[in-house]
Amino acid sequence: MTPELGQLALILALLLALAQSVLPLIGAWRGNNALMAVARPAAAGQAVFVGLAFFILVWAFLHFDFSVQYVADNSNLQLPWYYRIAAVWGAHEGSMLLWVLILNVWTVALALFSKSLPDVFVSRVLAVLGIISVGFLCFILFTSNPFGRLLPMPPDGADLNPILQDPGMTFHPPVLYMGYVGFSVAFAFSIAALLGGSMEQSWVRWARPWTNAAWGFLSCGIVAGSWWAYSELGWGGWWFWDPVENASFMPWLVGVALIHAQAVTEKRGSLRAWTILLSLFAFSLSLLGTFLVRSGILTSVHAFASDPRRGTYILCFLALVVGGSLLLYALRAPKVAGGKAFALISRESAILVGNLMFTVAAAMVLLGTLFPLLGDALDIGKVSVGPPYFGLLFPLLMLPVMLLLPFGPFLRWGKSDTSVLSQVLTRAGIAAAACAVIAAFFVHGQLKSIAGVACAAWVAVGIVLYMAKRWREMPRGRRYPAEMAGMLLAHFGVALFVIGVLLSESLSVTRDVRLSPGQTATVGGYEFRFDGVTQTTGPNWVAEQGVVTVMRNGSLVADMHPQKRTYSHEQVQTTSAVDPGITRDLYVALGEPMDPNHVEGAWALRLYTKPFIRWIWGGGLFMMLGGFVSAADRRFRVKRETEAAQTILTPVRESQA
Amino acid sequence: MNPTRKRRLTIILSILGAAIVASALVVYALQQNMNYLFTPSQVQDGDATRYKNFRLGGMVKAGSIQRSNDSLKVTFTVVDAGGVMPVEYTGILPDLFRENQSVIATGHMDGARFVATEVLAKHDETYMPKELKDAMAKAHQGKHIDESAAQDKPQL
Repeated sequence: MTPELGQLALILALLLALAQSVLPLIGAWRGNNALMAVARPAAAGQAVFVGLAFFILVWAFLHFDFSVQYVADNSNLQLPWYYRIAAVWGAHEGSMLLWVLILNVWTVALALFSKSLPDVFVSRVLAVLGIISVGFLCFILFTSNPFGRLLPMPPDGADLNPILQDPGMTFHPPVLYMGYVGFSVAFAFSIAALLGGSMEQSWVRWARPWTNAAWGFLSCGIVAGSWWAYSELGWGGWWFWDPVENASFMPWLVGVALIHAQAVTEKRGSLRAWTILLSLFAFSLSLLGTFLVRSGILTSVHAFASDPRRGTYILCFLALVVGGSLLLYALRAPKVAGGKAFALISRESAILVGNLMFTVAAAMVLLGTLFPLLGDALDIGKVSVGPPYFGLLFPLLMLPVMLLLPFGPFLRWGKSDTSVLSQVLTRAGIAAAACAVIAAFFVHGQLKSIAGVACAAWVAVGIVLYMAKRWREMPRGRRYPAEMAGMLLAHFGVALFVIGVLLSESLSVTRDVRLSPGQTATVGGYEFRFDGVTQTTGPNWVAEQGVVTVMRNGSLVADMHPQKRTYSHEQVQTTSAVDPGITRDLYVALGEPMDPNHVEGAWALRLYTKPFIRWIWGGGLFMMLGGFVSAADRRFRVKRETEAAQTILTPVRESQA
Repeated sequence: MNPTRKRRLTIILSILGAAIVASALVVYALQQNMNYLFTPSQVQDGDATRYKNFRLGGMVKAGSIQRSNDSLKVTFTVVDAGGVMPVEYTGILPDLFRENQSVIATGHMDGARFVATEVLAKHDETYMPKELKDAMAKAHQGKHIDESAAQDKPQL
């Protein structure tokens, strides 16, 4: 009975979403306050029903309700409770439900915190979010219902894909979706501004923390995904330029551009049309990303089985959202555009160059990712684009950004003089060169590593110089407001990321070896001794667990236990062992026994040493932190407080009169 | 030419120049890194001779997996409806690699053998990559036409 209630809740949510999307739009058009006032309660009601549906699905998983097809497909009696909750978004239907739930969370938050904006504008924003919600709810109800029944009810379910039974995977999709869906706020803002035919700087100021927070979540989700791929897949890589990874990376890149463009629009009023266009792109790419993962149209290491009906729906929905918003943009953008002019050497110009680079990078990734579809359409055969394509073009596009980065904060809005820039150039240049020379002694002529160290020093010294300048010139308490602290943190994250990527890419050592118990292999100065394999068991798996002792110069470094797990239903999953460290990771993955009937004999093992790989994720986390810290700046909220104060004051005055 | 126009011209020219450089680079990088997918029968028909590196897709033939005794070398056979291709790979195979499952191997031809540098099997056991499904369907279709053509000939 309960699963049907879940479906009923979804249908009611759909009806409320329809009300939320149609009525306020008519109200805003006709100037009817009663219709506009529908938006907020409809959004709240929809959130309640979607939340209820989600809760019912969680409940079904926790109580092993195998009469629900989705539960039977993705869990069984042995699966521990925390993975049963994670299983809710472990496959297509549930992850779409999670998407809608998160959209509702954002919508409700927006409805709550938008009291300072004009009613006409807010009702349009909420209506646009309602339309998106309608699209997803229809998608769930008509093509991917998570509450479908399975009769007769099986005594036990299948299993959650073992690759998803990992702490990283419980955490990665919700956070990533928080980021994807967060961009819908900026999108709804832009559409509302286009519909209304005007965009005020104060609205952009209001929208900025939402975009920053969404981008912070997206950064966090990508880092979690990268970490999961590293620790779980057993390949030891942190990024593969795989379609599914690219899918999350494209909105991130456009998000970087959007954050900066919004800053220009808010502070100077310039680049309005560009900011709007970027927010349309960011959300369209988020949609594309959501669907690429689940549609299975591209060959990916992460691809899952799919249903053709869904593909058609997705394609239509995407065409409607992207095409509709671009059409609206073409019609209305000239009306909204405008702003102050700026000189060639100014902060606007630097941000614009960075913006172009990030947009082109996103376009480059999009081309490489969708090229197989293009090849199909043009009938030139089954083609895919190899990682070296991205590996060549991406660093080239990011190089100008890196070079400009230290100057950015020193440049003034509008027009800037060049004297301070040459000072930065000499100081950061000397620091970078000095660090490169020092690094050259340690890395034995690895050009990539030296470039990484120089680049990181260039960026980091630029940040430190700017921090020193603020310290000297500003009074206490006004030196580093949250917005600026966030910028500094994120830019510092870039330095960490660059050094991590280039050092680990050039200095990592990988060896696939065949070892009998007692044998030793040396990788990157570490001796890995294989001490055989023992049997071990977990809640829902049995495993062969290797024992690997790592020594360096005769002293013990680590005992490592890589596993080869066999889950119920005979699914095999490698779980690698990682010995983490700030300057290096040691990494062991168990391959297969050389003779399947002799597990106590020789095994294939994959051994890695990965210097500085943690700095990559460290850099990503700093960028995330930057997004959140900026979003928390009081300046973005101040206007509402003063306005609130005014509205309280006015009646008092009236009563006095 | 007045200064405003001159400035605009420089901006437009520099954007144009950047666009040309960018597209040239993209085309170059694409050409270097395009990987075509062929099935064993297509390789045997000589479709892949133009490419040094390509991807081979098909099913792993039952009973064909053989491991070397003293190294990590593995040989197996990839088949589709009309073709057979021996594959050699040195390294650790993915977890879901097994008989009668679809695989995609990246590598090059060495005589009559395919030497793989990377072997992909899928996360999901029932899943077959769409492009592989299409390629195999196409290969079969080609076979079908060949067969019907072969049948037609004697009648002529």
